[in-house]
Amino acid sequence: MFRRNELSLSKVLFYAYAILILIFTLGPLVIVTILAFNNNPSASFPWQGFTLDWFKSSTPNRVGLFNDARMMHAIGTSLQVAIVVTLVSVVLGVNNAFMFVRHRFSGQSLLYLLMLGPLVVPGVVLGTSILAFSYGIANSLDKLLGAGAGTFLRPGFWLVVLGQVSFVATTTTLVIAARLKRFDLSLEEAALDLGASRAEAVRLITLRFLAPAMLGAGIIAFLFSFENFNTTYFLSGSDPTVPILLYSRLRFGITPEINAVSVMLMIVTGLLGFVAFAFQKEDAA
Amino acid sequence: MNASTKRRSLWLLLTPMLLWIGLLFVLPHLKLFYLSFISRRGGEFTFANYLYFFQSPLYRKIFLRTAVFSILVTALTLLISFPLAFIITKVAGKRLKMMLLLAVILPYWVSELIQAFTWMVLFRESGVLSYLLQMLGITHHNIEFLYHDTTIAVGLVYTSLLFMTIPIMNSLDTLDDSLVEAAYDLGGNFWSTLREIIIPHAAPGIMVGSIMVFMLNLGNYVTVTLLGGKNSLWLTEIIYNQFIIRFNQNKGSAFSVILLTFSVIFVWIMLKITKQDLSEAM
Repeated sequence: MFRRNELSLSKVLFYAYAILILIFTLGPLVIVTILAFNNNPSASFPWQGFTLDWFKSSTPNRVGLFNDARMMHAIGTSLQVAIVVTLVSVVLGVNNAFMFVRHRFSGQSLLYLLMLGPLVVPGVVLGTSILAFSYGIANSLDKLLGAGAGTFLRPGFWLVVLGQVSFVATTTTLVIAARLKRFDLSLEEAALDLGASRAEAVRLITLRFLAPAMLGAGIIAFLFSFENFNTTYFLSGSDPTVPILLYSRLRFGITPEINAVSVMLMIVTGLLGFVAFAFQKEDAA
Repeated sequence: MNASTKRRSLWLLLTPMLLWIGLLFVLPHLKLFYLSFISRRGGEFTFANYLYFFQSPLYRKIFLRTAVFSILVTALTLLISFPLAFIITKVAGKRLKMMLLLAVILPYWVSELIQAFTWMVLFRESGVLSYLLQMLGITHHNIEFLYHDTTIAVGLVYTSLLFMTIPIMNSLDTLDDSLVEAAYDLGGNFWSTLREIIIPHAAPGIMVGSIMVFMLNLGNYVTVTLLGGKNSLWLTEIIYNQFIIRFNQNKGSAFSVILLTFSVIFVWIMLKITKQDLSEAM
C-alpha cells in the first residue's frame, strides 16, 4: 500500500495508533503481573519490594496461592472437568466431522445449523436451559428409582461437564471437520486395496491425518472448559471451578493472591494458546 | 461400500450426534420455552411470566439498557478495531503485525474473568489509576472509577476487540492493494478511497464481527457485574436472580427466552440485511 518508503503523516498516525492499542491491550496484564510480585498487601502500588508471598506464603495473614486449600481444590476440580470435557468433545468432534463430511442425507443442513446453535446461543441461556431440563429429569429419576437416583443431574461436577460439552463439542466439530474436508479419499482407498479392513484404514490413515486437528481441537476444548464462566455458573454445585471461585471472591474485594492466580493462568493458558495457534497455523498451511 | 453398510455407518455416527444435540441443546431449550408459559404455583398455562417482565418499568428499562448499551459498545469496538485490522493487514511489517496480533489474542486466552479483574485492579478506589493520579498531583484523595457505565464500556470493548478485529482482518486480507492505489491514481483521497473501496470490501467482516460482538455483549455477565456492581442492570443478571436467588424457574425461563428471542431476531435481521448465510458466516 505504501509503495514509496517515505515517512508520511498517515504512517506516523498508524504507528501511534498501534502503540496505543498495545498499551490498551497489554498494559492491564503487565500491571497485574507486576503487582503479583509486589510486597504490598493492598494489591496496589506503591512498589514495596519483590516477594513471592502471594504464591507460596503460609502465614495466617498472608496465604499464598499454593497454600490456599480452597483455591487448590478449585484448580483440581477445573482440571478434572476440563479433561473429561476435552475427551468427550474431541470424540464427539471426530464423530460429527465424519458424519457431516462423509455422508449426505436429507435434513443434513438443518442438523448442521442445529449443531452451530450452542455456539450462537448466549452462555447464560444455555446454562439456564440445561439447568431447567436436568432439574426436571433429576426429580423424575428420584421419584421413579428412589431418592438420590437423579443426584448426578443436580448442580455439580457431572452437570458442569454436560453443560460445557454442549458448546465445546461444536467447536471441536468445526476444527476437525475443516481438516477432514481436505483429506484425500484415495489414500483410504489405497489402504483398502492393499488389504486393510475399513476400520484399519480409518484408524491408520484417516485418524492419523486428523491427529493435528484433534490435538488442536483438544487444546481449544481444554481452554474453553477451564475458562468458562457463564454456563458453568448455573450448573456448579458446592465444588466451584477456578473462575467461579475467583468470581465469588472478587465480589468481596481484591487480594494480592488473585494477582498471583492471574499470573499463573496467564502463563498456563498463554502457553496452551500458543500450541493451539501453532497447530491451527500448520493446519491452515 | 454398499448402500446398507453406508446406511449402518451413518446411523452409527448419527446416534451420538443426535444424543448430544438433542439432550444438551434442543430438549433443554424446549423445556425452557415450556416452563416460561407455566405458572409457578398452579402449573397451568399462562402469559403471566412474560407480562410480569414487560409490565415492570424496571425490567423494561433493563431490557432497553442492555440492548442499547450492547449496540453502542459494538459500534465503539468497530471504530477501534477497523483501523487496527487495517494496520495489521496493510501497514504493519512482520514484527509489528505479530505483536499486534498477540496483543489482541493474549487477553482472550487469559479468560474474560481475568480481563475484568485487571480492570478492577486499575479502576477501584485504592487502585492503580487512583494512585497514579495522586502521584501526578492531579488529585489528593482516592477516586472510585468502578461502578460507572464508562467502566463497563471499557471492559466490554476490551473483551470484544478480538471478535471484531479478526473477521475484519480476514476480509481486508483479500483486498488487493492495487485497487487502493488505482483509487488514489484516479484522484481519490483518503476518505473517498476508504468510503468507496475499503469499507465496501470489508463489509462482510464488519457484519460478522458486529454480530458476534453484539451477541457477546448482550449475553455478558462477568464483565458487567464485576465492573458495574449494583449499577450494572443487565438482562443476564436478572435471569440469574430469578433462577438461583429466587429459585423461580418459570420467570427465569421467560427472561431467558426473551434474551434468546431478541438475539436470534437481531442476528436474523443482520444476516438478511447483508444477505449472508449463518453456516458461511461461521
